[in-house]
Amino acid sequence: MDLLGNFAGILLGGLSAGTVLFIVSVGLSVTMGLMGFVNLAHGAFAMLGGYVIVLAMNRAHVGFAAALALGFIVTAAVSVVLERLLYRRLYRAGELDQVLFTIGLIFIFIAGITIAVGPESQSLHLPPALGGQINLGFVQYRTYSIFLIVVGALINLVIWLAFEKTSIGAQIRATVDNRRMAESLGIDVDRLFTITFAFGSGMAAIGGGLGAEFLGLDPQYALKYLVYFLIAVSVGGLGSVVGVYYASLLLGVLDFVLKLYLPKGGTVFIYALTILLLLWRPQGLFGRKET
Amino acid sequence: MTGAAIPAKPNADAVQLGHPAALALARRHHFRWWEALPWLAAIGFYFAFPDYLAFGSGLLITILFALSLDLALGYAGIITLGHAAFFGAGAYTVGMLAYYGIWSEPITGLLLAGLAAAIIGLLSGLVLLRTTGLTLLMLTLCTMALLQETANMARAYTGGFDGLPDLTIDPVFGIFEFNPLYSNTQYLFSLAVLLTCFLFVRTLIYSPFGQSLTGIRENLLRMHAIGAPVRRRLIICYTISAATAGIAGGLWAQTNAFVNLSALDLDRAATVLIVLILGGYGRLYGAFIGAVAYLALEHFLARVYPTAWQLGLGLLLVLIALFARNGIIGLGETLWARYATRHRAS
Repeated sequence: MDLLGNFAGILLGGLSAGTVLFIVSVGLSVTMGLMGFVNLAHGAFAMLGGYVIVLAMNRAHVGFAAALALGFIVTAAVSVVLERLLYRRLYRAGELDQVLFTIGLIFIFIAGITIAVGPESQSLHLPPALGGQINLGFVQYRTYSIFLIVVGALINLVIWLAFEKTSIGAQIRATVDNRRMAESLGIDVDRLFTITFAFGSGMAAIGGGLGAEFLGLDPQYALKYLVYFLIAVSVGGLGSVVGVYYASLLLGVLDFVLKLYLPKGGTVFIYALTILLLLWRPQGLFGRKET
Repeated sequence: MTGAAIPAKPNADAVQLGHPAALALARRHHFRWWEALPWLAAIGFYFAFPDYLAFGSGLLITILFALSLDLALGYAGIITLGHAAFFGAGAYTVGMLAYYGIWSEPITGLLLAGLAAAIIGLLSGLVLLRTTGLTLLMLTLCTMALLQETANMARAYTGGFDGLPDLTIDPVFGIFEFNPLYSNTQYLFSLAVLLTCFLFVRTLIYSPFGQSLTGIRENLLRMHAIGAPVRRRLIICYTISAATAGIAGGLWAQTNAFVNLSALDLDRAATVLIVLILGGYGRLYGAFIGAVAYLALEHFLARVYPTAWQLGLGLLLVLIALFARNGIIGLGETLWARYATRHRAS
């Protein structure tokens, strides 16, 4: 019984961490799949959103749900402005310029937040309803982790439905598969990209806010977790929402288990597995082969 | 930089006829007078700023590291985010050999550092260079992270997070000691190593091999079509680039007398990328200009206010990516060309 409880605890902890990873990375996957744009600054949007959410709650005493909505809107708005003004100039540029540009953006975000808020770490105070423990019948676990897992599954479901059942979703799928053909059919890829970029950045903001409780939130956030976001996206497969979901959960559980049993350098296995997987399937688990 | 591969020996007739283009091609590897300037400046620095020699050695090592990246990224077009893997491999080779008293002779130590990095470069290149684009970017990043975590985990050998302090390195040629307080030996030794490596890289770039690398970068399909062994050349180039980065890392360990995990950091890999691009990649002197500009900016801006440095660097990167894709040298060339046309017109 105790063994089962331990096992369930590890699984739930890993799944909740993986869920946050998914919420942050899903937008990155779709925008990279759409435009092939290497946007390393995606984590900076998660950080910006996290700050908006945490500061709104701690300083302005806004409710949790309202703060999440605010974070989504502010970050999406900022990302649209940046996309229209700067990103779009580099769509046809090489990866190197995109890497350089987005690294520059990361530095600007880090410096901006250090100047505006300060270098110290911010903490998220959960609403009391999410604070305690919940009895799941077979195991007692933190309510917040269960909340995250449920929210993540719902988000996955909603995005999947939007992809499969709506016109915009169909347009996104078509563009990821074959951008030129989609453009020939009259799909406005530019507009599509702006919409998904804004939505993806907004989701990253929510992920940044939800994850602030156990990932922490300081100006280095954008760089600290960058490798994890990129692994989730490339392992899952560019442009694949379901792929990022499974890859994130897998990564979350693996990271949790390794940190528990091999606290010193257990992440070696994550990098090694990623390398092997990408050599086996360069397009990721659920990605489509490039045509 | 011309697009297609240029034959090693231009048509002798054309040279004899004195066609300007043929002459330029035949003489493109000749030394120009201004190529002496960076080295004269480096020697001048030694006498003018005796208090800044530690800073100076750091600068020279950054140039060497950026030069190694230029070989892979600028010439062969291999986009990597993990070049610090080789820097770190070299640094830890020198560091561990010296710390455990196995080998502390500096010159052979650097050769061993280059060898260790070359082996890692060859092994990783064999598998990594099958991929391109984002996958390659991710794989180089993960390889570096893997090495860093391994160094962190093998605490018993590498000192883990704390690294290996107080390395004792033998005097160069048994005469010139590495004095931690006065960096004279460190500076001159770094300068000599940089000059040696630079001459090697310069020769390589102007060789048929170097030209074929440029060809691979500019038009992969065409290089395949003319039957060039593309993958083998990329792997060889990657290995040489890794070896050079390893030498830079070994030099870093020797001049600082310590190694730690920062040698394998994403920060270091990103910095060297920024340095090279700031100066202008695919150009022999891009590494020099970039390193001087970067370290000078860092030195002065960070002293004012560390966050201002980060903000300035971020803005600089965004501006370069948007408007000056060929770095400072590229910007200079554009301005010069504009000036020359106007001058000729008037």
